[in-house]
Amino acid sequence: MQDERDRLIACIPRLRRYARALLGGRADADDLVQDTVERGWDKLASWRRGSDMRAWLFGIMHNLHVDQQRRPALNTEPLDDQLPLAAADTSSDGLALRDMDLALQQLPPEQRAVLLMVALEDMRYDEVAAALDIPLGTVMSRLSRARERLRLILQGQPVPSTLKVVK
Amino acid sequence: MNTPVTEAELQAWVDGRLPPERRGAVDAHLALHPAVAARLQAYRDHDAALRALYQPLLEQPVPPAISARLSLPLRRPGWRRWILRQRLAAQAGQGHAWPPALRAAAMLALMVSAGAAGWLLHGVADHAADRLAAADTRGGAVSLAALPRRAALAHAVYTPEVRHAVEVGADQQAHLVAWLSKRLGAQLKPPQLAAQGYALEGGRLLPGQSGPVAQFMYRDASGARLTLYVSTEQSHNKETGFRFAQEGQVSVFYWIDGRYGYALSGNLDKAALATVANAVYAQLEPAL
Repeated sequence: MQDERDRLIACIPRLRRYARALLGGRADADDLVQDTVERGWDKLASWRRGSDMRAWLFGIMHNLHVDQQRRPALNTEPLDDQLPLAAADTSSDGLALRDMDLALQQLPPEQRAVLLMVALEDMRYDEVAAALDIPLGTVMSRLSRARERLRLILQGQPVPSTLKVVK
Repeated sequence: MNTPVTEAELQAWVDGRLPPERRGAVDAHLALHPAVAARLQAYRDHDAALRALYQPLLEQPVPPAISARLSLPLRRPGWRRWILRQRLAAQAGQGHAWPPALRAAAMLALMVSAGAAGWLLHGVADHAADRLAAADTRGGAVSLAALPRRAALAHAVYTPEVRHAVEVGADQQAHLVAWLSKRLGAQLKPPQLAAQGYALEGGRLLPGQSGPVAQFMYRDASGARLTLYVSTEQSHNKETGFRFAQEGQVSVFYWIDGRYGYALSGNLDKAALATVANAVYAQLEPAL
């Protein structure tokens, strides 16, 4: 019990970092982390011993995040609420972080989640597939699209619209 | 070696997750296609920048609120009930009883942080309620704050009635229960409050925010009335501890349990109403 508690606590900094990157530094990132920690603690029985607790928690966070996104429009956070934490930090690192935040926010959410799990969290592709409950092939195609899109954004090139033209 | 290189393999190359037997083929492919190699190198650079920029976030201290729950016992049947009882006891100005099953957990909490344990155990319901209230302000279609308001209004409207206080009287209790249960789409059972000095008078159906709600009315020997307002449209609200609201002359205790919202209203002081609310709660909660 104590061991599982310690493991969960050890995961919190990573959950916070991921939520921060996923939500673009929005003030509600910590709310998502708190919800995840509480849900994880309540559902600890459903965690398979020996498996990676971090990946399991990321799955919980993903589901909570998707639930929040699905709420009616009235319940979503207005754009004004976006408070990049680095806004006050005008050091070059702070600005670079803000640029990266803005670039990440231009990715479709499902691509952003995959890219962050792979590139930032160094999760295996099968772990990402399990956490997001999507096929491995979908992980790879989202990863590919996320990276290419991020590259174009960071290089200041025009980014193809995600909307398809219907002829 | 002649298997074509796939995009997925190129991604795996970026991440250093390519199986050893495919490395030669991918390297050869990249040597032949410098544009692809440049693209993959850009991916690697961006990944490295991402890690470097976000790495410091791992060092930030974790706000205590995030892990506060971990100092509490695991959720189990009765856990939330105990929290509710504590809150109710506090509202009624009674002391805190420590159930034996939770003593060990409480001791653990004491060991974890001697000074904060009481605050944690005491504060969790407040915390849940605060977050609920915060979620509420985001503008759900059915807000939590509306529950006590509507209940108090219904109380104020119907309790002064002499002849038409209820639609169906307690003398037809089986019919009353079947009717309201059917209309609300949930099995309702009005609590018995004889021990508190209140007899069931009857009930009525009322419009809620998005569907029907039930109101049960009780009366004591002096003619004073209590109403219990039962809503089944709270599924979007998280469960909450007992909360108290004062709407004019009417005191209201309310709480959310799954999709049910309950509000007990009366022209009583807080402590007296809390005693009755405790009895209501004990009877509504399914036996553990």
